[in-house]
Amino acid sequence: MNFDDTPEEAAFRTQVRAWIDANAPKELRAELETAGFAGVSLSDVDPMAVAKAWQKRKFDAGWACLHWPKEYGGRGATPIERVIWGQEEGPYSALAGTFIIGHGMCGPTMMAFASEEQKRQYLPPLAAGEEIWCQLFSEPAGGSDLAGLRTRAERATDGSGDWIINGQKIWTSGAHYSDYGILITRTDPTVPKHKGLTMFFLSMKTPGVEIRPIKQANGDSGFNEVYFTDVRLPDAQRLGAVGDGWKVSLTTLMNERLSIGSGMSTGFPELFDLCCRIETANGLAVDDPAVRQKLATWAVRTTGLKYNGFRAISAISRGQTPGPENSIGKLVAGSSMQEIAMFAEELMAQAGILTDPELTAASGRFQRMLLRSPATRVEGGTDEILRNIIAERVLGLPGDIRVDKDVPFNQIPTSAR
Amino acid sequence: MDFEFSEDQKQLGAEARRFLAAKCPPAAVRTVLEGPQAYDAALWKGLGEMGFLGVVVPEQYGGLGLGYLEACVVAEEMGRALAPVPFSSSVLLATEFLLTAGSEAQKQAWLPKLASGAAIGCFAFAEATGAVSPKTLQVAAASGKLTGTKLVVADGDIADVAIVAARTAPGSDARGVSLFLVDLKGLGVTKTPVDTIDPTRSHATLTFKDAPAEPLGEAGDGWRLIGEVFDRAAVLTAFEQIGGADRALEMARDYALERMAFGRQIGSFQAIKHMLADMYVSAALARSNGYYGAWALSTGAAELPEAAASARVAATQAFQHCAKNNIQVHGGMGFTWAFDCHLFYRRSNLLALNLGSLSQWQDALIQRMRERNVQAA
Repeated sequence: MNFDDTPEEAAFRTQVRAWIDANAPKELRAELETAGFAGVSLSDVDPMAVAKAWQKRKFDAGWACLHWPKEYGGRGATPIERVIWGQEEGPYSALAGTFIIGHGMCGPTMMAFASEEQKRQYLPPLAAGEEIWCQLFSEPAGGSDLAGLRTRAERATDGSGDWIINGQKIWTSGAHYSDYGILITRTDPTVPKHKGLTMFFLSMKTPGVEIRPIKQANGDSGFNEVYFTDVRLPDAQRLGAVGDGWKVSLTTLMNERLSIGSGMSTGFPELFDLCCRIETANGLAVDDPAVRQKLATWAVRTTGLKYNGFRAISAISRGQTPGPENSIGKLVAGSSMQEIAMFAEELMAQAGILTDPELTAASGRFQRMLLRSPATRVEGGTDEILRNIIAERVLGLPGDIRVDKDVPFNQIPTSAR
Repeated sequence: MDFEFSEDQKQLGAEARRFLAAKCPPAAVRTVLEGPQAYDAALWKGLGEMGFLGVVVPEQYGGLGLGYLEACVVAEEMGRALAPVPFSSSVLLATEFLLTAGSEAQKQAWLPKLASGAAIGCFAFAEATGAVSPKTLQVAAASGKLTGTKLVVADGDIADVAIVAARTAPGSDARGVSLFLVDLKGLGVTKTPVDTIDPTRSHATLTFKDAPAEPLGEAGDGWRLIGEVFDRAAVLTAFEQIGGADRALEMARDYALERMAFGRQIGSFQAIKHMLADMYVSAALARSNGYYGAWALSTGAAELPEAAASARVAATQAFQHCAKNNIQVHGGMGFTWAFDCHLFYRRSNLLALNLGSLSQWQDALIQRMRERNVQAA
C-alpha cells in the first residue's frame, strides 16, 4: 500500500507536468481553483473560448483524449496514464466540462459502432474541441425509465433507406452549443420497450431539429429541450443494428465508468474554510462542538470518496476494470453538497439568503450551490436509480418487478386513469 | 499508486478468516453470550498459536514481526467473527502501550506472554460516567502504589496485567497523568465483573488499594502516550468495525434474498434495496477511510492523527448503521435472541465507545484538521 508512482508512471508524470507548466493558461489558475461547484464562470474572458483554446492546444501536442487511439485524435495512453494526466491537469480540467459528454460518452460510442470512415471524420475534431457533442437520451416520458422513450424513427417511404425522426428530448446538456449528438429512438413500438430501440448520430444543424433552452429552477439554462420534426437521417448515421439501441446505450454508459478517479466535490473544503472564518454564538464556528460533529461527518464522506477513487485507480493500475461500486460517488457527493450548502447558510444566519457575491461570504458560492444541488441528485441517474444499481449490481438483489417487461411498448399504460 | 493490500496481506486475512470460521462460528460467540465463561479461552489460545495476537510484536519478543497493514487485516477478521476474546484490550491497547513506552525489562517480561496469549493485558482508563479527561483521572499514584477505582475496564476481570492511567500530581492538569503497569495478580487489586450491553466481551470494575505499580514511560507523559496509542488503536479498531459492518451487511443481504413476503423476495422491494445500498455506501466509505488510516499507521506518516480520526469516525458510523439496519431488514426475527443480529448490534455499540465516543473523535478530527490548516497558513 503506497501512493508512489512506478518508475514508468513517474516518468510520465514528469513529462505531463512539464508540458502543463509550459502551456496551461496560468493567468486563469487562481480563478479556476475557486470556480467551485456551480460551474465555471470567469470574469474577464469567454469560458467557451478559453475551454476550446485549451483543448486545441492539448490536441495539437497529443494530450487530448488520452485513452483514445492515436488515429482518432487520442494518445493511446493507458488508463493509469489518463488518471495521472487528470491529477496533473488539476484546476485546468474544469475547462474540459464542455467536452465531458462528447469525450466520455459520444466518442466511445462512435468508436464502437461508427464506420471507419466516420470515425476518422468525426472523432479528431471532437478530440480537438473544435466540435462539441451532446447526448440525446432523456425524454419527458423516459427519464429514470429511459427505455420508455417515445421519439420515433421510421423508415422513409421513398425507398431511400433514410429514417424520419419525430419526437422530443429533454435535459440535453449543452445541446444549444453542440455541433453533433447521439440520439436514441424507438424504431419498433410493437415489441417490449428495450427491444425496439435504435441509436443514431446527427448534426444538430439538421433541418427539423429545434433547440429550446430550459430555464432551470436556479435560473440558469444549461439543459435544453430538443424537438425533432420530420428530421431525415441517412441509414449510414445509424449506430449498431436496428433494435439494438439499448445495447449500444449500455456501451456508452460502461465507458463512462472508466472515467472515474477525479472524485466528485462535496463542498467540504469550502465549508471548512468558511467555518474557520465565521462566528457562531459560541465563538468561531470551527470551534463549536455542534458544528464539529457535522463537519466531521462530511469530512469522512469526502475523504472516503477520495480514497475510494484511489482504490479504483489502483484497480485500473493493476489492469482491472472498476465496477459498479463506483456509483457511490455521485450519490454521496450530491446529497452532501446539498446538506453542506444548507448548513453554510445556517451559519451565515440572516445574511445567508444574500446572493450578491459582493455582500455574502465565499462570494455567493454556497447560495449557488444550494440552488444547483437538487439537479446533482437527479441528473445522470437519480439517487434512487443509483441505489438500485448498487443494490442490484453490487449486492446482487433482485430487479424490481417490471409490469411492463414483456408487454409490447404500444400496449404499456401511459395514464393513471 | 497501489492503494490496496498486497497479495501476502490478503492471504494472511484469508488465513485468519478460515481459522475464525472454524474456531469461532456464531455458536462459539453465543456460548460466551449465554454461558458463565468471560471469554473463549480455547479460541484465545489458538489465536496465540497462529501468531494473530502478536502480528506487530518484534520476533525477539515472540511476535511475528510484521507490520501494521498485516495487523489491520487480522483485526478486520476478528471484527467480522465477533471474536469473544480480549483482542482489543490485550493486543490493540496493552501490547501497543508496551511497544510505545515499555522499558526493555517490561517488554521482555510481558510481550512474549501477550503475543502468545499466555497472558492477557488490559487498559484501565475511565473512572466515572462521561467523557474521560485529565480532570476525571483521579486514581492516585504515590510511592509505587495505586489507590482508586476504574469504573469500566474491558477484560479487567480476566487480565493478568493492566496499563493504568493514574494521577501523579494533584489537580486536573494533563501533565499530572502518568501510566503504570500493574500485575493484577498482585496485592491490593479487586476485580468486580460488571454487566454491559455486550456480554460477549467481559468487563470489570478494578479497585486498587495500595496496589504495587511500576511506571510505564515518563512521569507526566501519560496523557500524551494515551493519545498516541489511541490513534494507533483507532485505526486497528476501525478495521474490526469494518469487518463487523461488512458481515452485518451480508447477513441483511442474504436474508433479503431468502425471505418472502407479499409473494416476492423482500430484497426486491426498493425500500429494502435502498436501505441495503445505504449500508453498502457507509461500509465502503469506512473501508476507504480505513485504508488511508492503515497506510498512515504502517508508514508512521505525519498524517496519522487525522487519518486515524477519519477512520474511527467513518468506521463507527458504518458499523452502527449496518448493525441497526440489519435488524430492521430482518424484521421481527431480527429482534429475537435466537437470531445473531443483536450480537452485531451489541458489538457495534460497544466498539463505538471503547476508545472514546463518536463525538469525541469527531471533535478530534476537526481539531486536527484545524491545526494542519493553521500550520499550512
